[in-house]
Amino acid sequence: MSNRKDNLLGFALVLPSIVAVGIFVYGFIAWSVRVSFSQWKGLTPDYTFVGLKNYLGLFQDPRFLIDVRNTVIFTLVFVLGSLLLGLGLAILLDQRLPGEAFFRSLFLFPMAISFIVTGVVWRWMMNPAAGDRISGFNLIFAQLRLDFLISQWHLTPNWGIAAIALAAIWQMSGYTMALYLGGLRSISEELREAARVDGASELQIYWRIILPLLWPVTLSAVIILGHISLKVFDLIIAVAGKQLPLDVPAIYMWQTTFDGLFYGRGASIGILLLVSVAALIIPYLYYSLRSEREI
Amino acid sequence: MSSRVSLFRNGGGFRVKYLLFVPLLFMTVFYLVPLYVMLVTGFKSFEEVSLQTMWNLPRGIHFDNYFAAFEKLLPHLKNSFSMVVPAAIISSIVGSINGFVLSRWRFPGSQIIFPLLLFGMFIPYQSILIPLVVFMRNIGLAGSIPGLVLVHVIYGIPITTLTFYGYYMTVPKELVEAARIDGAALLGTYRHIFLPISAPAFVVVLIWQFTSAWNDFLFAVSLTGSVNWPVTVALQNMAGSQIIAWNVQMAGSLLAALPTLLVYVLLGRYFLRGLMAGALKG
Repeated sequence: MSNRKDNLLGFALVLPSIVAVGIFVYGFIAWSVRVSFSQWKGLTPDYTFVGLKNYLGLFQDPRFLIDVRNTVIFTLVFVLGSLLLGLGLAILLDQRLPGEAFFRSLFLFPMAISFIVTGVVWRWMMNPAAGDRISGFNLIFAQLRLDFLISQWHLTPNWGIAAIALAAIWQMSGYTMALYLGGLRSISEELREAARVDGASELQIYWRIILPLLWPVTLSAVIILGHISLKVFDLIIAVAGKQLPLDVPAIYMWQTTFDGLFYGRGASIGILLLVSVAALIIPYLYYSLRSEREI
Repeated sequence: MSSRVSLFRNGGGFRVKYLLFVPLLFMTVFYLVPLYVMLVTGFKSFEEVSLQTMWNLPRGIHFDNYFAAFEKLLPHLKNSFSMVVPAAIISSIVGSINGFVLSRWRFPGSQIIFPLLLFGMFIPYQSILIPLVVFMRNIGLAGSIPGLVLVHVIYGIPITTLTFYGYYMTVPKELVEAARIDGAALLGTYRHIFLPISAPAFVVVLIWQFTSAWNDFLFAVSLTGSVNWPVTVALQNMAGSQIIAWNVQMAGSLLAALPTLLVYVLLGRYFLRGLMAGALKG
């Protein structure tokens, strides 16, 4: 019957996409794993199996240890900063002030811009030059007599990466705000009213009732921001170029592969990134797909 | 009527509530500062530009910086457009067809497709980059704009498919049943029922793919040579060089940001919806 024909046709229509994703995502991941277990170094592929050598090498590699430290600092500053700022702005905008739509769009517009543009502009605003050549934020701080705020920004020893996280917060906190605002708007007014009747103060309502109800939003936001943070690449290159104190796994992967031709090592960094993103995403996907089915 | 919770409702009504504008305006400044720097620097004359006066307003309106940046970036802006437009259009057609089929027809194994697509949306591209570059070289598409289009279309399949799928799931079953009784087969149902109501989803997906392909850096820098660089790579290269003054970089940044900013200003509502779809699918 025509139903059967339709099924075949439907399958034929999605088949190219399934094959493409199968090859370009999952096939290529498998291929990368194979490269990561190989000694491939140089222009010609060499798949000689060396086991975990590339991975073990990374954990003794001072550069990779810097990368891990930088990723941890960047993630903490970026994720916590975006969550706090996003939540604060969402609560402010939830007070039904005039001009709400305007502020909402304004806080969100950095999302439309590329990390490269953001990075190039922030690089000049975070200019660490001192003395007569002082400029950027430092110049403002000096003129406001807030000299204690004057900073080396991304050139601060050990913590420089946190300054770049500020630019990332600028870019993504509006988005976090939008997520939280969506969550706040879905909380029913009756619930708040009931709490008020029970004598709860407005602050208590936020702290005891609304924040716990926003937990799923927080979880989504952490997943989204966290995976951006693990992959961060272009923003750092645009602010600081490729310098060792501000290195991250994605930059190391790119340089060692395409500049250094250490394909085996590059692939192992790529796979480690994948594993860390998967550790974040898979439990979340499992949890949300299952709860969707239960509903 | 509306007794919306306000933190300050009990604290003295109107005047206290309006104090909330203080943090709001403070944050407005925070979000606008980079835009301000790009704009005022761009409008200064070459003589007027100095890092020490970067916060000052320009003394007159000059276009020197924009002309200089435009001259440098024009070929790359063209590259970006000729890559992004086909990528966005093809992506949304592919996504629409996939979303339609997956929302209406179940076949063995169709349940496994969703988690696999979702995960494909989040993978760090570093984990497929080496095979991708080798593969594109082997099929002769490395370094070319069509190659980049192909990459954006393929890695866009998860998000475009899931966005259309979500949208089509809201189409009432009765509508589809009615069409089936009328004898419409798969393609007929798509053409006569789904396609005509798809405009909102197309706008969301087109905007989403347009911005993400325009803003992409990793694929572009790995897969194109200097002739075919999209504007992100060209801008980064310009900013990394010692020869090009920072004021021209600022003007160039604005030029590179302008297309997506315009899309955001004109179609912001849809942009937000696209973001939400992309984010909350999980």
